[in-house]
Amino acid sequence: MNKLFLIIQREYFSRVKKKSFLIMTILGPLLMAGLMIVPVWLAMRDKTEHQILVLDHSGLFIDKLPNTKQIKFTYGAESIQTAKAKLKDGPFDLIMEIKGDAINDSKTTPVLYYKKQPGINVEQYITNTMENILFDYRLQGDSIDLNKIDKARRPVEILTLKVTEEGKDEKTNTEINMAIGFGCAIAIYFMIFLYGSQVMRGVIEEKTNRIVEVIVSSVKPFQLMLGKIIGVALVGLTQFILWIVLTLIISTAVNTYLFKDQIADTMKHNSQIEKVMKDDLTAGVDKMEKINSPNEVIDLFNNFNNINITKILVCFAFYFLVGYLLYAALFAAVGSAVDSEADTQQFILPVTIPLIASFIIAQSVVTDPDSSMAQFFSIFPLTSPIVMMVRLPFDVPGWELALSMVCLIVGFLFFTWIAGKIYRTGILMYGKKTSWKELGKWLFYKG
Amino acid sequence: MKPILEVKNIHKHYANHVALKDVSLVVEPQKIFGLLGPNGAGKTSLIRIINQITGPDSGEVLFNGERLSPKHVDYIGYLPEERGLYKKMSVGEQVMYLAQLKGLKKSDAKAKLQHWFKKFEIENWWDKKIEELSKGMQQKIQFIVTVLHEPKLLILDEPFSGFDPINAQLIKSEILELRDKGATIIFSTHNMGSVEELCDNIALINKAEKLLDGSVKEIRKNYKSNTFHITFRGNLVGFINALWAGAELLDKKSDDDVHSVTVKMLRQNKPNDLLQAVLNHAEILSFQEIVPSMNDIFISVVENKTTVNTQSSFTE
Repeated sequence: MNKLFLIIQREYFSRVKKKSFLIMTILGPLLMAGLMIVPVWLAMRDKTEHQILVLDHSGLFIDKLPNTKQIKFTYGAESIQTAKAKLKDGPFDLIMEIKGDAINDSKTTPVLYYKKQPGINVEQYITNTMENILFDYRLQGDSIDLNKIDKARRPVEILTLKVTEEGKDEKTNTEINMAIGFGCAIAIYFMIFLYGSQVMRGVIEEKTNRIVEVIVSSVKPFQLMLGKIIGVALVGLTQFILWIVLTLIISTAVNTYLFKDQIADTMKHNSQIEKVMKDDLTAGVDKMEKINSPNEVIDLFNNFNNINITKILVCFAFYFLVGYLLYAALFAAVGSAVDSEADTQQFILPVTIPLIASFIIAQSVVTDPDSSMAQFFSIFPLTSPIVMMVRLPFDVPGWELALSMVCLIVGFLFFTWIAGKIYRTGILMYGKKTSWKELGKWLFYKG
Repeated sequence: MKPILEVKNIHKHYANHVALKDVSLVVEPQKIFGLLGPNGAGKTSLIRIINQITGPDSGEVLFNGERLSPKHVDYIGYLPEERGLYKKMSVGEQVMYLAQLKGLKKSDAKAKLQHWFKKFEIENWWDKKIEELSKGMQQKIQFIVTVLHEPKLLILDEPFSGFDPINAQLIKSEILELRDKGATIIFSTHNMGSVEELCDNIALINKAEKLLDGSVKEIRKNYKSNTFHITFRGNLVGFINALWAGAELLDKKSDDDVHSVTVKMLRQNKPNDLLQAVLNHAEILSFQEIVPSMNDIFISVVENKTTVNTQSSFTE
């Protein structure tokens, strides 16, 4: 036991002290924070105000185009030539000329002159508003009551409610469920790949350095394998935690520094939401429909409350850990059977196929989380860590979850046992290309 | 004295070949025991069984009279033929790690290492990475790691490979010193010269079977073929004529009027008879019995010859 601890210690510190670990640990959050910050930053940068001079020969749009924060319309009657001169010296950066007969054209084609090309958003905005205005004009032309149209045009929004055991209604949201499930599945998938192959490389390193025989004369090969797997798992955990902490620090720092105004806005918004939520709680779910636009956010909050976060976290930790252990043992066995990383191809494929397959299966599971295929693969130990995580937010029956967990543990014990047998023989085989047949024989060698 | 290691009727087979067939050995304490045999004979299999890296199919190994068990690992030091160290790790960290794996406490390991590093004059290597050291330097570190925990039984598989003659000599004297301090050494090698120099007892394994064992002196005595090497000054033809029917001339070399011949005594004739016969025909410069070298014995036993061909070497 003491020796196992020594091995874990060495495996852990020799990796954590490496420069590549440091670089990955710092680079990871920078990339993640970048993914979060850059879009916001870009959106902010695009806040250049557009001053548009509208030369409306039809007269239909004068004072009708609503200004926004970024687009301000001014209406003029001068000729296009004089207007173009204004474009040169300011204050306008865009001129829009609308032809006289816009209402009867089958296609209205305003012309936009620019000095600096406006974004697609500006064009989109102009097209949409003009279309709406023309739409109303034409209906009015046919003497149709606009109020009637408004009444006829109402949005439909599905409210999905799960009927619980106790007969209560609970609000669910498919998209959030999908996002959570998939997020967990992706994390597990990458961690297994990343750290599983680290275990494999560690085994190959020991073999090529020829140190392995020195070590197995002091400890059991199985101890060495286990120590390596656990050591690397701890490295992964450390990296994961550092990533989360660093990402939070970086994004908070950047947010406070760059987006002070937004945060103030959000705070105000949040307090509003809280107030609405309080009302909502007292009013009950039935009245939900009465509150309109900001309640998408409230839905989100409600959903987080409804999805059992503790359950998901516990399951995530379980599938992550045991799934990693199972695969890491297989990766270790592959590493032991070869002499160099270049030779791993023929053995690594069968190990990675179930992993990749489960990811593909997961995508169809999302659309139908209770199909028999989903059931099977969320219980089968080689695929369950990923498939079950996708299914989990859709409320999996307790017995299925329990069965899946038991199967995974049994699978872990079984595959580790097999891997241990291959490992034990493999690490002492040098310079021979191993075949599948041989690998099979190793299973039956006496310890 | 109670043997430190007894190997009893070990069988070991792998999928398509037999590695050890009914091998038994007795290793006496405080002796250097040579484990000899051609490549693929089963030496490494046997050594791995003694180190509990693998187990035998049948038979048993006794360490100090007790059945071999995991607790004995700490009393054995093993220097494998395929050996190496973590390249990226510093020397200090590495030796501390390996010492602790052998059950040494951190403080003990540190003190012992300081002693050895001082002895080999390599104190300034502590913070270097293994990959910065030459092969010979790495071998030194490896040797220290093997003997650091003061094992009762030391198993060395080709210990001199990778050493230059000076360092090989250093290691040789360390091995002898360790034996004098009470360690028993099992020594596997192809270098028969070092076997004669170091080993007290040997066992020879070929094709999974033990062919020969015993003390080096006894074995060499047993393989003597009553052959003598004579150098003399005088007439070669006269000398040959003087050899009577009880001796056979095997080889002759001449350098001016100094001749050297190898003569095998036939039947139970004594060397004195031979001397008497030739004494009047030549001036005898040297007269020496040829004792077969371990090299000759090794080759003849492995090739399953009945007599030892001693012509390949002249020793003692």
